[in-house]
Amino acid sequence: MYVAAKGGEKAIRHAHALLAKRRRGKTNLPSITLQQIAGQLTLAVDRVMAEGSLYDTELAALAVKQARGDLIEAIFLIRAFRTTLPRFGATIPLDTAQMLVRRRVSATYKDLPGGQLLGPTFDYTHRLLDTSLGVERECSEVDDQASAADASRLPSEPVAMPRVTDLLGQEGLIEASPEDTGEEPFDITRAPVSFPVDRSTRLQTLARGDEGYLLALGYSTQRGYARSHPFVGEIRFGDVEVMFEAPELGFAVSLGRVQVTECQMVNQFKGSAEVPPQFTRGYGLVFGQCERKAMSMALVERALRWKELGEEPGAPAQDEEFVLSHCDNVQATGFVEHLKLPHYVDFQAELDLVRRMRAEHEAQMKEAAE
Amino acid sequence: MTLTDKIPNETSALEGARQSLMAVLARADRDELAAILDRLGPVPPVTDLRQPETGLVMLRGRTGGEGAPFNLGEATVSRAAVRIASGEVGFCYRLGRDVHAARAAAILDALWQDGQRRGAVEAALAPVRARLAAEEGQVRSETAATKVDFFTLVRGED
Repeated sequence: MYVAAKGGEKAIRHAHALLAKRRRGKTNLPSITLQQIAGQLTLAVDRVMAEGSLYDTELAALAVKQARGDLIEAIFLIRAFRTTLPRFGATIPLDTAQMLVRRRVSATYKDLPGGQLLGPTFDYTHRLLDTSLGVERECSEVDDQASAADASRLPSEPVAMPRVTDLLGQEGLIEASPEDTGEEPFDITRAPVSFPVDRSTRLQTLARGDEGYLLALGYSTQRGYARSHPFVGEIRFGDVEVMFEAPELGFAVSLGRVQVTECQMVNQFKGSAEVPPQFTRGYGLVFGQCERKAMSMALVERALRWKELGEEPGAPAQDEEFVLSHCDNVQATGFVEHLKLPHYVDFQAELDLVRRMRAEHEAQMKEAAE
Repeated sequence: MTLTDKIPNETSALEGARQSLMAVLARADRDELAAILDRLGPVPPVTDLRQPETGLVMLRGRTGGEGAPFNLGEATVSRAAVRIASGEVGFCYRLGRDVHAARAAAILDALWQDGQRRGAVEAALAPVRARLAAEEGQVRSETAATKVDFFTLVRGED
């Protein structure tokens, strides 16, 4: 039974005022602007867009500010906001082969058409704290680095960058992706999910899933719980055009561009009587520059395909219902955090029950002793 | 060439040009659009066929990059539809929540469809096209500077 608690309005009002004050911090320092958050805490903003499942950098920056940097709270704010808007339709699927590439690496081929482009990456940094970033100066180390990046620019013409999986596919060495039959993909935001689900439903769920959770599950597959011997066929990050077929126009128009990270995981192969040995694959696609998330998603996506590929089940990352039912951090935090809200009546009932049981227990002990 | 061959080709060429226009209008910022309207002015009276509004579109991806589609996540979009006094109807759909920019872009789309004004609209948009091309060029050249050539070493004896 659910019993409501009433009262506390004044305390709640004061607590929210105090929250606003603490969020603002010391007033002798300027308030942080949304442009600063979007421009300098880019990866936090990207994570909020990816897991909030709403692409809008300005809104995500606002959510980060309002949530005092608590990213799950920020994601929650974004999810709540998206329910207030009507939906105009669905876009034509993004074409990642036509991406304006800002980073692209492959762990399987060192020479590939279009080349390997490190882009802005933490890879190969020494992970030493750079104390110069904390020093306020007119011309800081960061600005020097920016001018170094400018000086090293190379004139560059657009080059074709085919996906690595397409190259492998041409030779038939890797399984083909499921064909586009023209069927509308299932939408978990519009209809309740019932298990088992198809691959597109899994991908949608994983794309908005919690990065930490998927990282841990992906890691578990590497440690032997549903091992699939993965290679990063390719990771690419950059800008893709969003094309939309507006009903009143009768042709597709560009709505602008969004940034996405794509990970093509190339996994262990197996043949059968019908299919010659070939590599299998796991796929990750995430809003923004979220490489760790895209890789984790691809590993988990691959693990969830055990049945289709005739593999042995048993590992946590293969359990579709478990994996997908718990990967949404807004649902998870809602249920976990509700425990701290008033449960006085429930607890009173339990207290009463325990007291009665104890009395009965004591009476029994006494009887036994006599 | 027969007449029936010619008409679809001309239609598709015009459609292609309008697609290119709308792609630039979707990426121009609010100040750029306002400046262009100023430059083209005076603009004939405008009727809103649809009040400018913000909503969502569901962005889709493809399994494996090229396979069956799936729902990736939503994005904010603003749209507007206008008719100018000379009768042309203009539309705009663009990412983000700037309804003023969407309305300005829809007006420019309508003006562009008037053959007499098309040249002027294109000329006024040229700086935006140049800015977008320059930004893209900068991304390409900055990224090109981080191109690596990995090589493998044979270690030990065989």
